[in-house]
Amino acid sequence: MERPLTRNIRPGAAPLDLVSYQRAGGYEALRSTIGKIAPAAVITTIAESGLGGRGGGGFSTGRKWQAMPSSAERPGPRYFIINGDEMEPGTFKDRLLLEGDPHQVLEGLVLSAYAVQANHGIIFIRGEYAEAIRRMERVVAEAHAAGLLGNNILGSGFNLAVDVHASAGRYICGEETAMLNALEGKRAIPRAKPPLPQTSGLFGHPTVINNVETVCNIPHIIGRGVEWYRSLGLNGEAGTKVFGVSGRVNRPGSYELPMGTPMRDLIDEHGGGMRAGFSLRALLPGGASTGFLLAEDLDIPMSVSGFAKRGHRLGTGTAIVLDDRTCPVAFIHNLQHFFAQESCGWCAPCRDGLPWVEQTLNAIEIGDGTQADIELLSEMTGHLSPGRTFCALAPGAMASLQTGLAYFREDFEQHIGRSCAWH
Amino acid sequence: MSTAETLTPTERAAIVTLIAHGPAPRAACTDVLRYVQEQRRYVSDHVLGEVAMMLGMSIAEIDEVATFYNLLFRRPVGEAVLFLCDSITCWMMGQPELQAHLHRRLGIRPGETTGDGRVTLLPIVCLGHCDHAPAMLLGTALHGDLDCDKLDTLLCLERD
Repeated sequence: MERPLTRNIRPGAAPLDLVSYQRAGGYEALRSTIGKIAPAAVITTIAESGLGGRGGGGFSTGRKWQAMPSSAERPGPRYFIINGDEMEPGTFKDRLLLEGDPHQVLEGLVLSAYAVQANHGIIFIRGEYAEAIRRMERVVAEAHAAGLLGNNILGSGFNLAVDVHASAGRYICGEETAMLNALEGKRAIPRAKPPLPQTSGLFGHPTVINNVETVCNIPHIIGRGVEWYRSLGLNGEAGTKVFGVSGRVNRPGSYELPMGTPMRDLIDEHGGGMRAGFSLRALLPGGASTGFLLAEDLDIPMSVSGFAKRGHRLGTGTAIVLDDRTCPVAFIHNLQHFFAQESCGWCAPCRDGLPWVEQTLNAIEIGDGTQADIELLSEMTGHLSPGRTFCALAPGAMASLQTGLAYFREDFEQHIGRSCAWH
Repeated sequence: MSTAETLTPTERAAIVTLIAHGPAPRAACTDVLRYVQEQRRYVSDHVLGEVAMMLGMSIAEIDEVATFYNLLFRRPVGEAVLFLCDSITCWMMGQPELQAHLHRRLGIRPGETTGDGRVTLLPIVCLGHCDHAPAMLLGTALHGDLDCDKLDTLLCLERD
């Protein structure tokens, strides 16, 4: 099984420096492309590859790029931003890629910026990822000294300046329009769309924002072709993905697997199954913003379409397992505490609704809840559903609550009139 | 660490460099606030005013930024900041016990600083170390697979 994204990553070892990365075939895709293949042809290749955003949205990367106006239509600065603001609870894949193979991220950035003809690249990394920030800064300096960044890259006439931005920390910065506000020195609140960032992004200029893992795919697709890339996936899917599993499994960790791999393989084979004394009750397949799946759902292929067919979302592809010895109400309370805390406060349903949800769950958890509180929570999942709020934060929060109310109804009801039996 | 009430010439020069790097002065504001905090542990009202002047922002404009972000401190913190992850996997894998242990050992709850000013405990959202939960940041260093003994060892090292 091929693992292009993590092939250079060795647990506990330092990442490859420029010389070793090039010896392993690094920057060959860049050398064969920049100044030799037209940017529009690169975009077409990515569109045909079937690559979708790996940050949780899954939108076609090629189509995202195609929405950039041409340099002739919109002269002036253009930006390509890598979203490394990984803060989705239960998600630990972008840190692996940033720390484990920073040159791969950078090669992906140069190729992507070339495709959309952006002359300014920004790698936006959450401030807590200090080691990732240090390693990215180091490879930017190395690549600059080697003529792989800066002016007239490899004699192609293409210029790219790259900055590494350390975020001051807030979950909403990962929302792409909020990230633009953060980079402009404002509170990171989302912007209305349209206009899309491609037409009015950073400082009003055309901008593309892609997740770290998405960008890491680019050199491989360019270097080895669409046919090869499409052949990597299972069940009709293209490419690989860094999946992960955490909770009470024997081998929690990140695993690069073919897109479309059944979830059961991730949990049982790679994750080593449940620890002795624990059994799987449910899981969130892709971070805190995805809904619960049950043991009987484990044969779903892990892909955007695989989950969508069952009314679910792949999210970030890193699963969090709820075992049979953890209270599901307390589990959901922890998730809602996170969302209530990280709401940016811009729109009222999210700002006021999420704390209300959290306090109601807390009341139920400590034995002060009533039957009407359960109905209220159910009602709140409607008030905070997609389209009722400014961005996707609150609807994401409701995914676990809505499915949790359906699957763990008995547990909720057992909490009414008495404190949690699990604690 | 700078304890002077007003920005030192060195600090001012560094801030000018940060401002010059970006396309607009304001774009540098979180970088400038993070830099100031590295020098002084937190951003005081007085320094916030000075920084606002340098960035061409009003105090209201810069304070709405400074109070928005989790890693910017507007109140004094201890010599070391311990960020204990309280997100879902760490919570499931033992964060509440660690927090209770810190309260017993150091007498502090989240948001509090030890009486000797050495450690501040703050909650933090998922650190992307879920396969080694529970996890924390001590300063900028990431530690995982924590239990009470490991926490004691790390804190003693930090306190030496």
